[in-house]
Amino acid sequence: MAIFVAKRLAMMMLTMVAASFLVFAVCEFTPGSVARKSLGPFATQEQVDFLTKKLKADDPLLVRYGRWAGVLLGIIPDPLQDPSTGLNFKDPRGAQYFGNFGYSTLNKLPVNDVIWSRLGNTAILAGLAFLLIVPLSIVFGILSGLKEGGVLDRLLSVICITFTSIPEFASGVFLVTLFVILWPVLPGTSPLDSEGGWSVPSQLVLPVAVLVIYDFGYVARMIRVSMIGVMEKPYIRTAVLKGMSTRQVVIGHALRNAMIAPFTVLLLQINFLISGVVVTELVFAYPGFGRLLLDASLFGDIATIEAATLITVAIAVTTQFVGDLGYMLLDPRIRLR
Amino acid sequence: MSALVEQRAMEATAVKATGRARLKWARILRSPTAMVGLFLVGFWVVAAILAPVLPLYSPTEQDVMALADPTPSAAHWLGVDILGRDELSRLIFGARTVLVVAPLSVAVAMIVGITLGMIAGCYGGWIDAVISRLSDIILAFPVLVLYVILIANIGPSIINIVIATTIASAPGIGRITRGLVLGLKEQEYIAAARLRAESTLYIMLVELLPNCRGMLIVDACLRIGYTIITIGILGFLGLGLPPPNPDWGGMVKESTTVLNVWPLMSVLPSIAIVSLVLGFNLLADGLREAWKP
Repeated sequence: MAIFVAKRLAMMMLTMVAASFLVFAVCEFTPGSVARKSLGPFATQEQVDFLTKKLKADDPLLVRYGRWAGVLLGIIPDPLQDPSTGLNFKDPRGAQYFGNFGYSTLNKLPVNDVIWSRLGNTAILAGLAFLLIVPLSIVFGILSGLKEGGVLDRLLSVICITFTSIPEFASGVFLVTLFVILWPVLPGTSPLDSEGGWSVPSQLVLPVAVLVIYDFGYVARMIRVSMIGVMEKPYIRTAVLKGMSTRQVVIGHALRNAMIAPFTVLLLQINFLISGVVVTELVFAYPGFGRLLLDASLFGDIATIEAATLITVAIAVTTQFVGDLGYMLLDPRIRLR
Repeated sequence: MSALVEQRAMEATAVKATGRARLKWARILRSPTAMVGLFLVGFWVVAAILAPVLPLYSPTEQDVMALADPTPSAAHWLGVDILGRDELSRLIFGARTVLVVAPLSVAVAMIVGITLGMIAGCYGGWIDAVISRLSDIILAFPVLVLYVILIANIGPSIINIVIATTIASAPGIGRITRGLVLGLKEQEYIAAARLRAESTLYIMLVELLPNCRGMLIVDACLRIGYTIITIGILGFLGLGLPPPNPDWGGMVKESTTVLNVWPLMSVLPSIAIVSLVLGFNLLADGLREAWKP
């Protein structure tokens, strides 16, 4: 068990290193240099050349990646904060500390000042969506998995497939048209302050609805497949044959076993929601992590992109890990192997 | 004599095989979900193919006079967009773009993914370990984040969308193929092929691939649907195909500024995307039900 955990932790670290390097390499294709972005469009070529030299931005990719990793781990100070660059970039935490994501050229602020509050906002959005997706998809999945191919199954399946076919921006357009324009009961924008006359909870309704609409159908389909598999097992047949009522069979025997496989699927949805929030946050002008990542990608703000990538990949590998551990706890057969 | 018997037997299996294949496709006709899906996809495919011969306005031609009232009229059945271009024409020409780019991207991703999965499944050992670990790294990325980072950095074009789709989808396809191959590898006919000293390439292409076909076609349908959504999202994020191409996601984006006044301009391309994606998803579901072993 300890070896398993250690192995997985090592694999997680390796994944994060590889992912951050990949992003670093992809960002090589962005037009415009770090120096140019730090100084703005009106700096002279001499100033840009001076800063490029100062930051050693002409070094090979691997050397610069190593320097970025060194700054992150607190081994070396952030070169952008060196007073001799003349940029006046200051991080109140100091230039050298563990977890230094560097300086955002987009926001002209330390990445750590921006990213965590944005991540908090997104966590509220994704958390609320998750709280609705879990019960909704379990009910839909169990009901349609009870009798495969039955009328109820076909009906619920078509509903689920239809909902998964609606991308977030489309459901955003539909919901805003219905509940903001035609029947104005909700705000169409969610800046999370009550200055516009709408309370903060009312601003969360539509973004959460958009996330739920796109995601719950998929999870319900997964739970349905698992439920069908369980309902075909001999012990269910035995329970039915010995005269138990359908309700008792489902609650007593099927439910717990049918939930083992979807447990992982549900956890992986946390990862999926992080993708989903990019569009949802853009539609509703929600000050979250997804929009920060989008803006940073469009601007080419490598420090922010790298920080956001590391955080998303960390969330992804952690949920996978927790999923596997939970899987082992729920299903004794896997533990034995 | 024995050669003749063998030939008869082979003919018999051949007949049986085609008979079974016909039955397989015939089963789809009896699945209402698959038929609805086929109808939705077929509608857009026919519209896209016939677009140049249909009596439509040019998708880039601006009718400035129509801007006074861009809602549906006798001249423009579905109205015009914010630049006075005919909405119906842009929707139909938009289908051309998406119906070329999405299947093309998925086809390339399938080729790469199936090849990697076959190699990992057939050879095993360190080759499998390297391919699987690399796939895990890419699969750890939230897909859309991967797309945004890739397209924002290498720029939006058809080729780049194909590249991004391949990078994002090939690992998943590879994983499915590998799983199928591992299941099939123990079958007797594979052992028989090995005894006949067939090459690994022959076993992959002739013995394994046809037996993975069903699952992979279903997966491709789902992926085409998902890629259409992704292309729509990229368009909506402003990372879509460059302006002259009418692009459904881009159409929604352009018109969200006037959503309060003329919601139809955003609603119509949204409906177009949903209908096409729904078509592919229903088709995939129908195929899966029909081909269930």
